[in-house]
Amino acid sequence: MSAVEQDVKTIPPAGRATGRTLRPRRLARFVPGWRGTLSVVAFFVLWDLLVRWELGGFAHISSPLAVATAFVEGYLTSADYWMSWWASFQRVLYGFVAAQLLGIPLGLLLGTRPLLNGLFYPVIELLRPIPPLAWVPLSILFWPTTELSIIFITFIGAFFIIVINVHDSVRSIKKEHLWLAQSMGASPLLIFRRIIIPSVIPSIAVGMTLGIAVTWNVVIAAEMIASDSGLGRLTWEGYVSSTGPVVIIGMISIGLAGYLSTLVVDIVEKKMMPWRKGH
Amino acid sequence: MTTQTKVGHLKAEGLRMSYQRKGREPDVVLEDCSLDVEPGKLTVVMGASGCGKSTLAYNLAGYLKPDAGRMTLDGESITGPGSDRVLVFQETALWPWMSVNDNVMFGPVARGEMSDAEARQAALKLLERFGLRDFRDKYPGQLSGGMQRRAEIAQALINKPRVMIMDEPFRGLDEMTRELMQEYYMKLFEETGLTTLFITSELEEAIFLADRILFMGDTPGRIVRTIDVDLPHPRTFEVLDSPEYLALKREAMAQLYVGVEGLEELA
Repeated sequence: MSAVEQDVKTIPPAGRATGRTLRPRRLARFVPGWRGTLSVVAFFVLWDLLVRWELGGFAHISSPLAVATAFVEGYLTSADYWMSWWASFQRVLYGFVAAQLLGIPLGLLLGTRPLLNGLFYPVIELLRPIPPLAWVPLSILFWPTTELSIIFITFIGAFFIIVINVHDSVRSIKKEHLWLAQSMGASPLLIFRRIIIPSVIPSIAVGMTLGIAVTWNVVIAAEMIASDSGLGRLTWEGYVSSTGPVVIIGMISIGLAGYLSTLVVDIVEKKMMPWRKGH
Repeated sequence: MTTQTKVGHLKAEGLRMSYQRKGREPDVVLEDCSLDVEPGKLTVVMGASGCGKSTLAYNLAGYLKPDAGRMTLDGESITGPGSDRVLVFQETALWPWMSVNDNVMFGPVARGEMSDAEARQAALKLLERFGLRDFRDKYPGQLSGGMQRRAEIAQALINKPRVMIMDEPFRGLDEMTRELMQEYYMKLFEETGLTTLFITSELEEAIFLADRILFMGDTPGRIVRTIDVDLPHPRTFEVLDSPEYLALKREAMAQLYVGVEGLEELA
């Protein structure tokens, strides 16, 4: 007994040590070193020079300064601009959440029920390769409002990803994890609740990360094609009305919106998997 | 802990087990495989990798159904998994999303035998005994290999199994931790007299732990020879220096290398 106790004492609790090293690393992502600063500055200088020299296609592009001025003067305090953010965010949110709410249970069902799997999975496999944007015309025909059709397309973008991720992960649960619970006399319902669901959570997280990226892609394109609001529309209108700075303000806004969504999804995922903290 | 009444008489007769493969002959893993685990003894099944040791263990645990043959525990037929024979797996099978404490207390609560509070208390007692008290709220991924194995043994013991089936439980541990765990399990066994079927491919581990070694041959797997190990209890690693140990080792080596070509010339 004594030898084993010693073994216990010499091993430091793992959680604390890793928790401490995490912080500085996360900060480092936001505070770039001199190389990072140099590369960003060089990017803007090069952009500005190319526009000044009107080199090729750059004749039609706004300079960084023009973009910044236009943003501060016409957009920063404009309610319309922020409404565009809100419109796009809403669509992403509805489509994304609906995809999770329907996709997770469906993936679980198809993964655990061989009969349902046999009946429905082929259809999923059939529809999955169709790119979400190919659904645009059908969606507009089908849904009574443009708003609903855009949300639907956004939903499609994330739905198949999550269904397939959850389905595959149910099927690859370690058999030892299930067997152990069976040995302990756990009922099928308890096994589902305490073994299968938590086993699938990491895959749900992967599905969410992929899903949120696709959702933003899809919503922007759908807005350009079919909507009269949102960040995608804002960017497109900039092009149609030949106001160069707006095109770039739109692009930067979309990038920022996508990045912020990813941050939120990251936080949600960490909350979902407390046991992965130290890894 | 006092010695319990001797239970855990695990018996298998004429097991046959094959895996079906599409468009090919079925892969016969076990054929006419019989064994008898004496209650209150530590029986080791020893064999090379891939000889069907794990398949045998999964059959006895009730996870797999044999094509033919009969298995009983204390005279009752084995038809499926049950908490009377808990298996400790090769690689850790602790549920990574549950704290150590939740892992250990799972069984009795799942069966409705204990309330949450009772099970928590029982788990705490076991964890204390296994030197894991301070780690009860950690997740398995935060423990060292040796601690994980001890938590798994606690997780099995809380169910008061009649027989423990250990499927190469210390594989993958570094040598020092492995030896500690062997010593540890030996002490536990000597204290409790818990009937154990211990599967390994390491000869030294087999001889150190065993009251009896069953040698398993391969393709298809079955028990081909039995050697009784009469080394004294309480057993410590000093036994490895005794002439009795060396004699056993020689006997076992001869068994293991039966039929290996070229060995006669070497000898």
